[in-house]
Amino acid sequence: MNNDRRKVLKGTGGMAVMGLAVSAGLFKPGSAWAQNWNKAAFETKNTADTVKAMGGSAAAESKDIVITSPDIAENGAVVPFTISSRLPRTESIALLVEKNPNVLAASFNIPAGTEAGVTTRVKMGQTSNVTALVKADGKFYYTTKEVKVTMGGCGG
Amino acid sequence: MADPMKIRAAMSGDKVEVKVLMSHEMETGQRKDSKGAAIPAHFIQSVTATHNGKVVLSAEWGPAVSKNPFLSFKFAGGKPGDKVSITWTDNKGDKRTDEATVS
Repeated sequence: MNNDRRKVLKGTGGMAVMGLAVSAGLFKPGSAWAQNWNKAAFETKNTADTVKAMGGSAAAESKDIVITSPDIAENGAVVPFTISSRLPRTESIALLVEKNPNVLAASFNIPAGTEAGVTTRVKMGQTSNVTALVKADGKFYYTTKEVKVTMGGCGG
Repeated sequence: MADPMKIRAAMSGDKVEVKVLMSHEMETGQRKDSKGAAIPAHFIQSVTATHNGKVVLSAEWGPAVSKNPFLSFKFAGGKPGDKVSITWTDNKGDKRTDEATVS
């Protein structure tokens, strides 16, 4: 299975082709059960578009958001991230991988009473800037960190 | 039906720390099989965690979340013996709910 994966990465000549496969309609609409899923946001190709798709206009850089992750990830298929926000009234936390075919990897809604910090693991196709996007008190803030990937995980 | 989640909920100071390991392929839709045909995307789209019926975390995921996803978070207001329940729904409409007791 791992062999196949390597072939795929080589055979398609990289992310651009894979990205096309997605926009060509692999994400079929009409999934009634996923009405809440923000399809537009998950199809964005850059951070600015993601902010817009999530209902914001612009995001400001903030030192009150902390991304904890390895600086160098050996296996891009499983890169652990912890994102925490010290911004008051944090409403949501999103994780964006800039060079993935679709930048938005995951978005978390934080109700009152829940700590503004989540840990999860995502795939990274290649070395990329990773952005944590936080909505706090109705405004968007972000912080960015570069994570080097020695073995891409875009094939899953 | 997918395999059960592993959920651990334990007091951490005055908060409940929840750790969840789900069993899911998280297929991106970008891989191809040996014949060159695209493998359709199959991934968890939404996750909801509730404590005593109140939502303590909800998430929307794309296919970039790793296979067999891991999730960890903390919430206030829980005590040992309380139930924490996690539900996920994937893009094919499969659903799974599992429950754990706070220790």
